[in-house]
Amino acid sequence: MPLIYPKESLDVFPKHLSPGYRSTVKRSPSKPLIVVPHTLSELTGPVYGHDVIQENDNDLTKQHKSEPLGERIIVHGQVLDEDKRPVPETLVEIWQANACGRYVHLVDQHPAPLDPNFTGAGRTVTDKNGYYKFITVKPGAYPWGNHPNAWRPNHIHFSVFGTSFLTRLVTQMYFPGDYLFPYDPIFNSVTDEKARNRMVSTFDLDNTVPDWALCFRWDIVLRGREATPLDEEKH
Amino acid sequence: MSEIITPSQTVGPFFAYGLAPKGRAKWDPNGTYSWKETVTDNLVTPDATGEKIHIEGRITDGDGKPINDAMIEIWQADAQGRYASPRDSRRPNAKFKGFGRSATDKDGMFGFATIKPGAVPGPNGKAQAPHIVFCIFSRGMLRQIYTRLYFSDEAPNGADPILNLVPAERRQTLVAMKETRGGQPLYRFDIRVQGERETVFFDI
Repeated sequence: MPLIYPKESLDVFPKHLSPGYRSTVKRSPSKPLIVVPHTLSELTGPVYGHDVIQENDNDLTKQHKSEPLGERIIVHGQVLDEDKRPVPETLVEIWQANACGRYVHLVDQHPAPLDPNFTGAGRTVTDKNGYYKFITVKPGAYPWGNHPNAWRPNHIHFSVFGTSFLTRLVTQMYFPGDYLFPYDPIFNSVTDEKARNRMVSTFDLDNTVPDWALCFRWDIVLRGREATPLDEEKH
Repeated sequence: MSEIITPSQTVGPFFAYGLAPKGRAKWDPNGTYSWKETVTDNLVTPDATGEKIHIEGRITDGDGKPINDAMIEIWQADAQGRYASPRDSRRPNAKFKGFGRSATDKDGMFGFATIKPGAVPGPNGKAQAPHIVFCIFSRGMLRQIYTRLYFSDEAPNGADPILNLVPAERRQTLVAMKETRGGQPLYRFDIRVQGERETVFFDI
């Protein structure tokens, strides 16, 4: 049975206008969004398979001549739907700052060193069980201009596709116990604590590789579940 | 009991080197990153049939200022109105994927080369006029916003079941105007995120 995508599931998302994050003030729609049914145009979505992935795309420590500086980590988990079923064969893209908190991006002015051995971009496709895995270095915290002495908690940006154009998700993965959490308006734009914790990875001792790398587990839950008899009645 | 879904967070200002590494090079000679692109702003595949078109537009904020760090993604059917997705049983034989990504330039401009989509099935057996679904990400957007592009030269717009749910006075914000450039059709589609003549965005 094809999945349905109840809109109520989006209630945990940040509001478009979250004034604590200043840039939302001029970049959020001011008129109510128009409610429309899901048609074939929304229920379908792009498919990218293993053919778009090249060697070392998921190992950010092997994309240059030498290894990048920083704390080597493994980040892995499953992409799931709202029924906890794996989402297989779906594209996952990541990008992040280097260990010093500096992005390769030209616009990043943070006076921290670039690392010639680190770009900070990766991609992979989930396997048949919805699993993905990246090897990278732990990104550093960095300052930004939102308010005086504003610093972003350590995070990795994720872009995930899923089963339709409605499941498209761009988000950020955080690290457990970050002392910057209480001060970050982006993290706190998600007001529900349980939902906020969805964005925080867990330390995964069992999958740490001794003498080599620590490991963090992060499962990603996308929209989509099977229709229940109640949903069927509505149709 | 359904699982809580993972909340959205902003794409931030620095996505380009990872998600659209070649796009910026078009206007900034230093703007080439070594990373390979998965998705580009050119959707045309050699085997795709249909009318080749360009789409171009500017995205602006509530002050009318260009948003120079947005990522625009589009999803569309092929010229025969079929989506390259397992959920559409009429899957096209062509390599045409129907998905594109464009990072805006310093003037807030985005653009795509693609094939004009055909009409696609809609609710209650009613056809939908040819259209393209837009998904917009940007610094200052904590979650994506969805809109649709319709074509100014398509008579079926008047009967489109989705367009008809939009207040009549706002429908025009969803219609891209046809121009010609270099002998090829170009559809101009500006996106105003907030304020006067604000583009219609959908709650889906």
